[in-house]
Amino acid sequence: MGFSTIHWYRYASPQAFYPLAGTLAPLFLAIAMGLGLIGLFIAFFVAPTDFQQGEAYRIIFIHVPAAWMSMFIYLVMACWGAVGLALNARLSFMMAQALAPTGAMFTLVALVTGALWGKPMWGAWWVWDARLTSELILLFLYLGAMALHSAVDEPRRADKAFAVFALVGAINVPIIYFSVKWWNTLHQGASISLTKAPAMAAVMLWGMLILALACWAYSIGAAMLRVRCIIAEREREASWMNEMREAE
Amino acid sequence: MKARHKRFAFIAAGIAAVAIAATLVLNAFRSNLVFFYTPSQVANGEAPKGTSFRIGGLVEQGSLKRANNSLDAHFMVTDTAKRIEVVYSGILPDLFKEGKGVVAQGKLESDGLFHADQVLAKHDENYMPPEAAEALKKAGALNEKTGKSLVTTTEQAR
Amino acid sequence: MMHWNSTGEFFAMGGYGFYVWVSYGLTALCLAGELWMLHSRRRRIERAGDEA
Repeated sequence: MGFSTIHWYRYASPQAFYPLAGTLAPLFLAIAMGLGLIGLFIAFFVAPTDFQQGEAYRIIFIHVPAAWMSMFIYLVMACWGAVGLALNARLSFMMAQALAPTGAMFTLVALVTGALWGKPMWGAWWVWDARLTSELILLFLYLGAMALHSAVDEPRRADKAFAVFALVGAINVPIIYFSVKWWNTLHQGASISLTKAPAMAAVMLWGMLILALACWAYSIGAAMLRVRCIIAEREREASWMNEMREAE
Repeated sequence: MKARHKRFAFIAAGIAAVAIAATLVLNAFRSNLVFFYTPSQVANGEAPKGTSFRIGGLVEQGSLKRANNSLDAHFMVTDTAKRIEVVYSGILPDLFKEGKGVVAQGKLESDGLFHADQVLAKHDENYMPPEAAEALKKAGALNEKTGKSLVTTTEQAR
Repeated sequence: MMHWNSTGEFFAMGGYGFYVWVSYGLTALCLAGELWMLHSRRRRIERAGDEA
């Protein structure tokens, strides 16, 4: 009953969402900070040494959450783009646009930490196997989508171009995820999956999951801050913006 | 005028990004989807001849021989069905061990040996503390567990 | 704490200190960089608003 009585659609307009995003951003960033500290404590002080990789495996605690976020954010971004195209909702396009830089940042983190992990363990910073190559393509998809949006002058057309580009590029996400199953790669298979028991000691797993949640909260916080900037930049001629500015 | 220049730069950057992505995809589909060939594939003549390629599998137990006064190493790569003898001169990665996964790049020469110029360790997705690994080893389950993921990848590739 | 006998051992990371700490350092830099960029974008908007 409670859910339907709150008028959720009220928040579907940039004007109504703007103050809500302002409240949510610091909240989620604080959650990210808290979870991040707990996760790092587990990663460095509670989790044991690995039997094969020694202490070098501790890179997993940021590498895997970052890689998950890079794929997940892309899917969420494509979904917002699809909602925007279907309902012609401005806020959806703005949310999609707000997620791209954070997704690109996590992709970069996954690639860089992967290189720093690959060098001591595999013996190479980089190899052109299917997993690494498809993750690099993901970075170019994020950058391409962002460049496309800035290249189109008319905001509404830019939104649509961005959404279509994001949707087409979404095909790369399952390719990244299943690359280690479909082809032979240097990169190992997934330690965590829905279909089998995790191939990780429980404490290690907990550290990684908590840090993944921290990245999740961080992404929401950063996207909220960015969507506020986007709304403020795009609606600066709107009367509600001026009223709010005067009220402050 | 300035805005037009900026716009042009962005379009150029966008096209460049898409072009780079497309090149990478095509390149990946052409050759890199098969990152390595298994000894069985090589035996079947599926691996490229005369050019450099990668082989992958497990380092056979008891097959590693290192020279005393140089970095030369000899070892067998096996997928449990076929095996290939590899010679390599250089520093082996930290995770290079008998019974563990390996991917080597090089050429199959007329002497029947695979002359590698790069040797990479392929580890599996299992993470556990040494004590747990020790307990598993005592139970005889460790090699089965850690080795399986690599043999299955080589089996899939076959 | 649990399995580190000294601070030196902690920073050495079993000989992999360089890779581990550079990984964590660059990640922290990326996160801080993004937040800083968001902060300066916000400030730019507020300045433009004051002038208007």
